[in-house]
Amino acid sequence: MPSGARKSSPISPPVSRREVFIGATTVGGALLVGACSPADALSIGAAAPDVGAFGPFVRIDPDGAVTMISKHIEFGQGSATGLAAIIAEEMDADWEKVSVELAPGNVKLYANTLMGVQGTGGSTAINEAWDQMRKAGAGARAMFVEAAAQTWGAPAADITVADGVVRHPASNRSATFAELLPAASKLKPPATPTLKDPKTFTLVGTDRIQRKDTRSKTTGAARYTQDVNLPGMLTAVVAHSPRFGGVVKSFNATEAKKVPGVVDVVQIPTGVAVLAKGLYAARKGRDALTIDWDDSKAEHRSSDAMLADYRKIAGGETKAEWIPFETAGVSAGAFEGETLKFSYDFPYLAHATMEPMNAVAAVGSGKAKLTFASQIPTLDQLNTGLAVGMLPGAVEVETLYAGGSFGRRGNPTSDYAIEAVHIAKHVGGMTPVKLVWTREDDMTMGRYRPLALHAIEVKVDDHGYPAAWRHKVVIQSFMMGTPFMTGKLDSTTVEGAKGSPYFKAIPVVDGQVAIPSSPVTTLWWRSVGATHTALAMEHTLDQLARRAKIDPLEYRRTLLKKAGASRHLAVLDLAAEKAGWGSPLEDGWTRGLAVHESFGTVVANVAEVKVVDGEPKVRRVVAAVDCGVVVAPDQVRAQMEGGVCYGLSSALYGRITLKDGVVEQKNFDTYRVLRMNEAPRVETHILASGAHPTGCGEPGTPVIIPAVANAILAASGQATSSLPFVKA
Amino acid sequence: MTSLRKSERRDWTQGRGMTTKLNINGKLHAVSADPATPLLWVLRDELLMTGTKYGCGIAQCGACTVHLNGQPVRSCQLPISALEGAKITTIEGLGGAHPVQEAWVRHDVPQCGYCQSGQIMAAVALVTSNPAPTDGDIDQAMSGNICRCGAYQRIRAAIKDAAGAKTHAA
Repeated sequence: MPSGARKSSPISPPVSRREVFIGATTVGGALLVGACSPADALSIGAAAPDVGAFGPFVRIDPDGAVTMISKHIEFGQGSATGLAAIIAEEMDADWEKVSVELAPGNVKLYANTLMGVQGTGGSTAINEAWDQMRKAGAGARAMFVEAAAQTWGAPAADITVADGVVRHPASNRSATFAELLPAASKLKPPATPTLKDPKTFTLVGTDRIQRKDTRSKTTGAARYTQDVNLPGMLTAVVAHSPRFGGVVKSFNATEAKKVPGVVDVVQIPTGVAVLAKGLYAARKGRDALTIDWDDSKAEHRSSDAMLADYRKIAGGETKAEWIPFETAGVSAGAFEGETLKFSYDFPYLAHATMEPMNAVAAVGSGKAKLTFASQIPTLDQLNTGLAVGMLPGAVEVETLYAGGSFGRRGNPTSDYAIEAVHIAKHVGGMTPVKLVWTREDDMTMGRYRPLALHAIEVKVDDHGYPAAWRHKVVIQSFMMGTPFMTGKLDSTTVEGAKGSPYFKAIPVVDGQVAIPSSPVTTLWWRSVGATHTALAMEHTLDQLARRAKIDPLEYRRTLLKKAGASRHLAVLDLAAEKAGWGSPLEDGWTRGLAVHESFGTVVANVAEVKVVDGEPKVRRVVAAVDCGVVVAPDQVRAQMEGGVCYGLSSALYGRITLKDGVVEQKNFDTYRVLRMNEAPRVETHILASGAHPTGCGEPGTPVIIPAVANAILAASGQATSSLPFVKA
Repeated sequence: MTSLRKSERRDWTQGRGMTTKLNINGKLHAVSADPATPLLWVLRDELLMTGTKYGCGIAQCGACTVHLNGQPVRSCQLPISALEGAKITTIEGLGGAHPVQEAWVRHDVPQCGYCQSGQIMAAVALVTSNPAPTDGDIDQAMSGNICRCGAYQRIRAAIKDAAGAKTHAA
C-alpha cells in the first residue's frame, strides 16, 4: 500500500465496502471473511504501528511489568483476562503481576482470525485467538530463554522459566524477565515456537485466573466512554425521529440556543444535534428544539399489526419469497394426514446495556480520532471515514471498556459513531465531542432483536416421535443489504433451527424462512438466532414428548442418540444428573430442561420453576456446558450465570412494542428487566474436554427460555406460544 | 487497567454567579452549576468524579447511587440546591479497600462493571445498617439496582461475605 496516501487530504476510499468484503459469509452470527483479506485496504492512511520486541500482544516494561494487549474489547465477557492468561501460561509470566490493556483499532495487528476484520462477536474471542495467543506467549518465553542461554553460555534446553523468573538449575543461576529484558529485546521471536503440552498447564484451566479488571471496576476508576473528559470537549445529544425511517423536514433552534451552556445546534443526517458544555445543558437544549419530521417513508404500523402481517405470511395469505434453510426427504405426501401445529411469536428486544450508547469523536483536517467502546473497530473506522470523507486508516480508534454490549456495539453500520463524527466534523479542529444517547434515545433508537414468528407442523410416527417437521420462520434480516451477506439465506435468522441435531433424526424436514422488511432497525442480540430458535425447537419437543407420554429427557436422548449428537447427550445427562431430574419437588415447583448449541458451545439447563400470582418464579438453574478446553473456569461460570439472567430477563419481561410506529418503552420503568429478587441461583458444571475452545459469552443465554417454558408445561399442561411470559 | 487520566481533568463552569457548597467525601466543593442540576451531573461533568454512573436518569436503575448522610440515594434525582450541609459519599469516598470492595474482588463480581459503583454503594449501606443480612434483606436492599450482566448471584455472595468479614472484625 502506498504509505504516501496517509497525509493526503480527505478522499474517497479506494474500494467500496462491498468490494472489500467480497467473499464474506456468515456462520453462527460471526462474520467470516474468506480468501480476500481486507487488512491492507482498510489500513490505508494509517500510521505504521508501533510494535515492541515481543509482538503486538505482549509488552514488558524495564521494571518487569508485563502487559498483555487484548485484541478484543472487554464488555463483561472476561475475554481480555482469558486471552492474557493464555499468553501468560505459555510465557510462564508471573500471573499476579500481569495487567491487561485493550488494543487500539489496527486491523493489520489485531484482526479477528475468523472475521478478517478487527472485531468481537459470535463468541469467537477465545476460539479464534487460542493458537495466536499461545504462540505469542511461547515466542516471548523463547526469547528470554535464548537471552539467558547467551548470557550464561548455557544450553537453552537446560533453562527453565516459572513466574517470570528464568533459571539454569545446573549452574544455580537465575534472572528475572526485567533483568534479561535488554538482551531478550534484541532477539526476534521464533517463527514456530514450541508450545506446551496442555497437560502441563498450571494457569489455564484453573481458578487462579481472576479477572484483571475487577479492582478498577470496584473503585469507580475503570474508564468507560461516558467517563471521557478531554480539554475543550463538548457534549452532544441528538433529537431523533420518533419513527424509524423519519427524517428532519425543518427545525427551529432559537429557544435551544438560549439555554445556558448550549454552544451550537446542527442538523446531521439522522436528526438535529445540540452541542453543549455538559450533558445536563445539552438535554435541556434538546428539549427546547422544535422539529418537523418527514415521516412519509417511516414505519407507521404497531408491532401487533406487524405480527398479524407475519401470520398472514406464514399462513400463505400474503405471498412471500420462502428461502429454504433445512431440507430432507420432502416428497408430495410427506405431511398428509394428521399433523400437530405449533406457533411461537417473539417480540422486538432492546439490548438495554447499562451504559447507553455513546462515542467521543474529534475530526480535523484529514484525520479523526474516536475514543469509545468500539466492538468492531475496523468497521467503525471504515464507516466513520466514509461518513466524513476520510480514509479508514486515518480514523484512529482508542478502545475503552463498554458498559455492556450484548451485540449492540457491534454494529455493521456504526450508527451512533457516525453521528459523533458528523457533529465533530461540524465543530472541526480536532475538538473532542462526546455524543451521548440518553436512556430514552438508547431504548427508542435501538437495533432490536427482530420480531419473529415460528410456525411448525409436525407429523408423528407410531411411537410419538417426529416423522416429518415443517418449520416456517418469519423474521426481518439485519444482514441483508450489508457487505456480510452472500447468497440468499441469512443464517442468523434461523441458526439453531438450521443445524439442529434433531433434524438428523427426523426423516422429513422442510425448513423455510421469509424475510419481511421494515424501517425498524434490528441487530444481533446476545446469542442471535438462538434467542428464538432454542424455544421453538426445545419447547416443541417437550410438547411432543408429553403427547407421547415419554419423559422429556428420555425423548431427547432417543433423538440425540439417533442423530449421533454425543456432545448434546453428554451435556444433557450432566445437567439432568446434577439437577436431580425425576426426583420429587415441593408442591407447585416443577423442573424444565432444554439443551441447545450456539457458536459451537453446547449448553443444557434444568430450571426449577413455580408460577406465583401469574408470574413464573425461577429459583434454581443447573447449567452444564461443553466449550472445549476451558481457559478460565470461573469466567465460564460467570457467563453461564449472566447468560441465564439475560435470557430469563427477556423471557419473563422483555419486549419492545410499537404503537403507530413509535416505540412505547422509553426507560427501565416500562422496559422491565430482571432484578436481584428475581434472579435464580445458577449452578454451573463444565464438561472436561480437550477439544479446541469455543466461546461462552452467548451460549448461556437462550437455553433458559425453553427450560422455563417446559417447566410451566410440566406444571399446568399449558404450552407457551408467545413471549414474554409476563406481559403486564 | 484503564482509568481516568489526570491530564483529562478540566475546569469549566457554566458560570451563572451562584455557587453551591457540597460536602463530598469529607471535602468541601464550591460548585457553580445551576442549583437545579441533579447531583449526578455535578459529580460527573463539573467535579469529574466519574465513578458514579448515569444509567437511566429516572431513579430506576441505581447506577448513580451515592450516600446522603449514610443513606443510599439516587443522585440523578437530587438537585444540588437541596444538598448544602449534607454529607455526600461517592464510590471514590470508600477508599478502594472497603470490606465490601474487598469482597467484590474475592468473588470477581463485576462483568462489564458499569453498574457496580451503584451496587457497591447500596451494599455498603446495607451491611452498615444490618450486620447479618438475610436473602430477603438483600432482595429488599438491592432490587433497585439493575445489573444487565446478571452478576446478582455474586453480588449476593459478596454481600454475605462482606457482612461476615465485618462482623468478624468487629
